[in-house]
Amino acid sequence: MERELKVKPIRNGTVIDHIAGGQALNVLKILGISGTTDASVSVVMNVPSKRLGKKDIVKVEERELGEDEVNKIALIAPSATINIVREYAVVEKFEVDLPCEIMGVVRCQNPSCISNTQEPIKSRMLVKRKNPVLLRCVYCEQPLTERIADYLI
Amino acid sequence: MFKKRHLLSMREFSREEMDSVLETAASLEPFARGKRSDMLSGKILALLFFEPSTRTRMSFETAMKRLGGSTINLGSAEASSIAKGESLADTVRVVGGYADAIVIRHPKEGSARLAAEFSPVPVLNAGDGAGHHPTQTLLDLYTIKKERHLEGISIALVGDLKYGRTVHSLAYALSLYGAEITLISPPTLRMPDQIKSDLSSRGTIVREASDLGEVMGSIDVLYVTRIQKERFPDPVEYNKVAKSYRITPESLQQMNQGLIVMHPLPRVDEISPEVDMTSHAVYFKQSFYGVPVRMALLKMMLEDEGGQEQ
Ligand SMILES: [Zn+2]
Repeated sequence: MERELKVKPIRNGTVIDHIAGGQALNVLKILGISGTTDASVSVVMNVPSKRLGKKDIVKVEERELGEDEVNKIALIAPSATINIVREYAVVEKFEVDLPCEIMGVVRCQNPSCISNTQEPIKSRMLVKRKNPVLLRCVYCEQPLTERIADYLI
Repeated sequence: MFKKRHLLSMREFSREEMDSVLETAASLEPFARGKRSDMLSGKILALLFFEPSTRTRMSFETAMKRLGGSTINLGSAEASSIAKGESLADTVRVVGGYADAIVIRHPKEGSARLAAEFSPVPVLNAGDGAGHHPTQTLLDLYTIKKERHLEGISIALVGDLKYGRTVHSLAYALSLYGAEITLISPPTLRMPDQIKSDLSSRGTIVREASDLGEVMGSIDVLYVTRIQKERFPDPVEYNKVAKSYRITPESLQQMNQGLIVMHPLPRVDEISPEVDMTSHAVYFKQSFYGVPVRMALLKMMLEDEGGQEQ
């Protein structure tokens, strides 16, 4: 692994690099990793970065992130890069990318929206802008752009 | 053009499509006034009103019946029991099996779009919460076209311009006709910036004023909306505001001769009853025009191919 990561290399798993400084804990939240997890997780916060000024890094051992999870990360860390590691080698490296529509990931902030009721539907958000992220609810058309992490399902 | 298509929001209408609805409405006006027609005979329209809006419901019923079609109705008691139990998705799937189209009014925003996802037949949005109400916008356009003209009209929107999305979609629709729009509202009920900049970016001239006196003389249409008491924490403040935005024969004296005054109705006391007697008042005509406009949409959505043109 690159020396600048300042965390010991992992054998198998996923390294999420170039997370905007301070967002690492939200990334963990999106991944469903809470304080009680038994997964082996390392977090580095606010290390200098040429691209971002300050960045966070998250390493999750023995877990390769699927596409759905990656999309969710893009909501709060649009510049993040994903490194899939096997036997200490990066076997796959890609940038997160939001699709034009995301389903069932973020709930609408409008309390009067039909998507916040018991209807048999998933929330649907159109991605109007990727960085910074601007979402719009397909149902009530309300935009969502700030504190997106608070609305994760 | 609208065959088997849902009608959910004005955003989906091009100017050509609006023109074609308005032209069809004009051709149907004799039938709206009672001339017999069987254009939609054998067709059934379901009216799903999950919140009371008697006028809109009656207007749709009239439109369908004037074209020879029939309606099925959800009583208000059934509507509220359904609202508690069955999902909207299930209701429209069931009712879509009975009818050729569904008109829906529902208190939740986005509910018409949800209904459209599940309905086997076209869905027409008759108001979803603070959301869209496209037939209101189309009948407003029709009124302006009939009583004045649509191209380059100078209109003042008065009252609650913040929460009422009906005025937002009217402003948007008028921007396609090169309107000059003046916004007159209390400071706390101003039109959201995003909508104003959206209008300006379409080349629409948008001005803002806080009282009627500032714009006298230059206006062709005065569109008055209700200022709701609930928007003001202080009743004294509400009374003051309501009074200063009230339209009276005196306030109209300095206006253009041909000025028309519109209101989506019901009014409370935004317009004094004495105004009704003046040539400016067109709000009762406006509510009648809802019938030919809804007839036009129903005909365009439901008439069989090769159906008789009258
Ligand atoms: Zn929504």
